[in-house]
Amino acid sequence: MRVSRWLADRWVMIVALLVLGYLALPILVVAALSFNRPSSRLSYDFNEFTLDNWRQPCATSDMCDAVVRSVQIGFIATVVATVLGTLMAFALVRHRFRGRSGINVLIFLPMATPELVMGTSLLALFVSAGVPQGFWTIVIAHVMFCVSFVVVTVKARLAGMDRRLEEAAMDLYANEWQTFRRITLPLVLPGIVAAALLAFSLSFDDFIITNFNAGTTVTFPMYVWGAAQRGIPPQVNVIGTAMFAVALLLVGLSSLRGRRARRAALLAGPS
Amino acid sequence: MTLLAPTRAGHPPPAPPAARSGRRRLLPYLLLLPGAAWLLIFFGVPLLQLAAASLYDPSGSLSTGYAMTWAVSNYPDVLQAYWPQFLRSFGYAGLALVLALLLGYPLAYAIAQKAGRWKNLLLVCVVAPMFTSFLVRTLAWKTILSDNGALVGLLRDVHLLAPDGRLLATPFAVVLGLTYNFLPFLVLPLYASLERLDPRLLEAATDLYASPVQAFRRVTLPLSMPGLVAGTLLFFIPASGDYINAELLGTPNEYMIGNVIDSAFLVRLDYPQGAALSFLLMAAILAVVFGYLRRAGTEEVL
Repeated sequence: MRVSRWLADRWVMIVALLVLGYLALPILVVAALSFNRPSSRLSYDFNEFTLDNWRQPCATSDMCDAVVRSVQIGFIATVVATVLGTLMAFALVRHRFRGRSGINVLIFLPMATPELVMGTSLLALFVSAGVPQGFWTIVIAHVMFCVSFVVVTVKARLAGMDRRLEEAAMDLYANEWQTFRRITLPLVLPGIVAAALLAFSLSFDDFIITNFNAGTTVTFPMYVWGAAQRGIPPQVNVIGTAMFAVALLLVGLSSLRGRRARRAALLAGPS
Repeated sequence: MTLLAPTRAGHPPPAPPAARSGRRRLLPYLLLLPGAAWLLIFFGVPLLQLAAASLYDPSGSLSTGYAMTWAVSNYPDVLQAYWPQFLRSFGYAGLALVLALLLGYPLAYAIAQKAGRWKNLLLVCVVAPMFTSFLVRTLAWKTILSDNGALVGLLRDVHLLAPDGRLLATPFAVVLGLTYNFLPFLVLPLYASLERLDPRLLEAATDLYASPVQAFRRVTLPLSMPGLVAGTLLFFIPASGDYINAELLGTPNEYMIGNVIDSAFLVRLDYPQGAALSFLLMAAILAVVFGYLRRAGTEEVL
């Protein structure tokens, strides 16, 4: 009786934890496989513990080249998409103008279109325009699908901002540029940083659109895709685990900083 | 407040009111121009290009060039040839969606309403899978579902699986992979909706003698509708166009429409066919989406 009562109170939480386990399982497997010495090239089973993969992550040099290329592409695409998207977000939140709904549709559509359709249509464009595919066509494609996500993220931050802070600055004789640099930008910055991180992770992990527009250029996801047919080197799992660790570290640091800032604000008392 | 500020800081030039308001009116267009141009050139124009390509003469080839013959027959032709893959795409994506709702709703609800101080940590756990590469994660399922793996061994021991039964390379594996890969997209908007749900409303419902089931159906579910609709779309659109799960976890018997489009463009180099299939996929998704939005009755999502 007691047990069933306890279950009735907590079954939602229990189900939730089980689902989180389901979500975490593949990551644990990736981490475990990064310490594996596979029995054969095409085997996906755990065979024998080894540290070799971590000691020599670049034993297959193709893979490291692909990772470096993915980082380069991700970096360029992130910078361009973040600038373009932030400007658009400012226009949408801060200004009234004609054609707003058209712009909103233009921003929404890429997020609702299957990646496959965006990839193939861009391929059709490049082929018919005679543009050779490679590094820069990938960058162009990545900027295209990242911009919308940047706009949405920065827009949310901007819309939640208190306009009175800027008005106060102007009342205190700050000119427009000073107000922008000292008040607006610092307040929007977390939104812009979040948008940039999102753009980078979208770009770094994109396979479908890249696959159609890469020509012979190989990014990390494309390397994994190709290797899946020939046999995956265990170092792929090292990269996967390392990426996970870096992202988790970033999240941890930012939440720690947020907590410290909040505590400092509390100690300073109501100002 | 304008973003493009006067160049000489400290001394904004006193502009006549008319010129100033003119510049002000132009400013939003200047801010929008680069981004909108990028989207138009690399998203809008290519879609038209693809529409044109879907009407090319199918007898042409990449080396000899294609003739524009308004070959509308491309559409019935590809539908005739590939309708099983179309059905399978929507079948698998729909099945995965049902599974994801069964798993994702309790998860979102627990994080939003029951987690207390653990809320942020649990949210990170939901997003965490996306920190590793999509393909690497999907390959990890290959290890989990492997014929020599612990899971298959266990299921064989308890006779849920025949002694020679497999999990990998079955429709089950593909649906499981789809569910797994797109679950966070369903959970996050759902969480955002449920987080705003005032628990006092549920208390009021129980005070008025609603059973837990009634309270859920009449209070929680309607109030979470915006998140549910958004999450469903964010899940279903990529899932029905996906071909990675079918390729890595299935066999050609599980191929979805994405696999066909991929090979039409990259292996068979049959652009008219690939383009027609892409447009059919998009049209089918839009039809499903709009039909669903009308039934769900929350059109403000778009």
